[in-house]
Amino acid sequence: MASDDIWILGINMTKFGKHADKDTVDLASRAAMAALADGGVTMRDMGVLAAGCLMGSGGIAQQIQKQIGQTGIPAYNVANACATGATALRVAIMSIKAGECDMGLAVGVEKLSGVGLLAGGSRKDDGKTWTRQGRYGAVAGVDGRIGTDTMPGVFAQVGMEYAHKYGGVDFDTFAKISEKNHAHSTLNPLAAYSKRFTLDEIKNDMMISYPNTRPMCSANCDGGAAAVVVSDAKLKTLSLGQQRRAVKVSASILTSDPWQEACQVLPDVNTLTRRAAEQAYAQAGVGPEDLDLVELHDCFATAELVHYDNLMLCKPGEAGAFFDSGATWRDGTTPVNVSGGLQSKGHPIAATGIANIWEVCHHLRGEAGDRQIEGAKVGLAHVIGLGSACGIHILEKSAA
Amino acid sequence: MSEQIPFVDYLQLGDKPRLIANECTSCGARYFDRRNACASCFATDFKKVDIATEGTVTAFTIVAFAAPGILVPFVSAIVDCDGTSVRTNLTNVTPDPEHVTLGMKVRLTTVPVGIDEAGTEAINYAFEPAA
Repeated sequence: MASDDIWILGINMTKFGKHADKDTVDLASRAAMAALADGGVTMRDMGVLAAGCLMGSGGIAQQIQKQIGQTGIPAYNVANACATGATALRVAIMSIKAGECDMGLAVGVEKLSGVGLLAGGSRKDDGKTWTRQGRYGAVAGVDGRIGTDTMPGVFAQVGMEYAHKYGGVDFDTFAKISEKNHAHSTLNPLAAYSKRFTLDEIKNDMMISYPNTRPMCSANCDGGAAAVVVSDAKLKTLSLGQQRRAVKVSASILTSDPWQEACQVLPDVNTLTRRAAEQAYAQAGVGPEDLDLVELHDCFATAELVHYDNLMLCKPGEAGAFFDSGATWRDGTTPVNVSGGLQSKGHPIAATGIANIWEVCHHLRGEAGDRQIEGAKVGLAHVIGLGSACGIHILEKSAA
Repeated sequence: MSEQIPFVDYLQLGDKPRLIANECTSCGARYFDRRNACASCFATDFKKVDIATEGTVTAFTIVAFAAPGILVPFVSAIVDCDGTSVRTNLTNVTPDPEHVTLGMKVRLTTVPVGIDEAGTEAINYAFEPAA
């Protein structure tokens, strides 16, 4: 008897890093074809395509089709900040749940090597005369004059807000989180950077926005990721080998910001993540204590800390002590970002929300090699895009 | 003397400079920009309210790396002004973690931005240590 479960049938990420000889369509195509091959299916089997390339010029889905197979299926171009990949995956999942098709392909890709600061990377020159513009009626650019627009700065404040609210957290705490993720990355051959840093090296590296030094910031790089999802009924018609490697999507959740005081002064990445986590645990019927590994959105070391709390991996207010206990190292009770996270694996924006699911699937399938979390059965992947959008997927090993 | 104008609409200059928010008359949510409807309760009536000029730093960062043309380092902060959060720069404080601390008391002040070709001077707000 078929259920309404959705399964990941095939999934792939390219190596993250510099791909000077490939454009976004090449990287997306490579990931998509590899995901199809991983699932043992072809474009002929796909009933929907959803794709995102946040910094691209649009139409990435159709551009991918022209490279890997034009079959006339509905193609959705998705943009949802850093949650673009997770959103594309959800579009494919929703199409299956709506009964429009039984298999779908989601793709995320980005080329960011060497782009520098992504937000707050430029401020318009002042005009010759002060002229009011925008919703605040500012007579010139506000970045640097009324706080900061840079992502390292915004997320630094997010971490410092947590430190103010709960205490027990300082510069060292954030730097040690980065130390962990860079240490984890040494086992990941697909990471953009896989160099271990000492705590002193991290603390004494170039300060970007206190307390975030350069190694505590996500690495801009090139990369693509893609996933094939399938309905339970369709999966049951496929080979036993395909069924054994399929990973169950136990929860697929997307939230946006509920209104909170201050949420439009400093982005509130907490409330929507907490709500998404509550919904995801309820949908999957698992709790944080059941998770064998977590890939969460450590766009900055300061962000990882607050998400320990938001994802309810620790008691409210105790993220600092939770981290200090060693829980989130790969040999701890709740390994977090064993891939190396965005700080070392890299953050090709639209690819990130599928690449983190690839990492979890890799472990659930027992295929993660040197960095395998032994016996992993349940994992969680989290992304957040400022604005905001939060995507959470809970994944479970196949019982077949 | 050149004419002075506030850098943003929600800053009022004069003897006692202050920030002015649009407050939802239905639920009390406050916004520094103009709104079509309240993001909290969807009502459409707003009134102008003065924001407290003293507050507490609840979050900050010291920006050392920013877009070309922005002077670094500078301190970006979130200040809790009697229940309303304000985004601001901190001024008249050494921009390092020894001098800028979470929970520090600050007060509203004004800072000149520059004079344009028409001879008009833009005046911005910032917060400075209150003690």
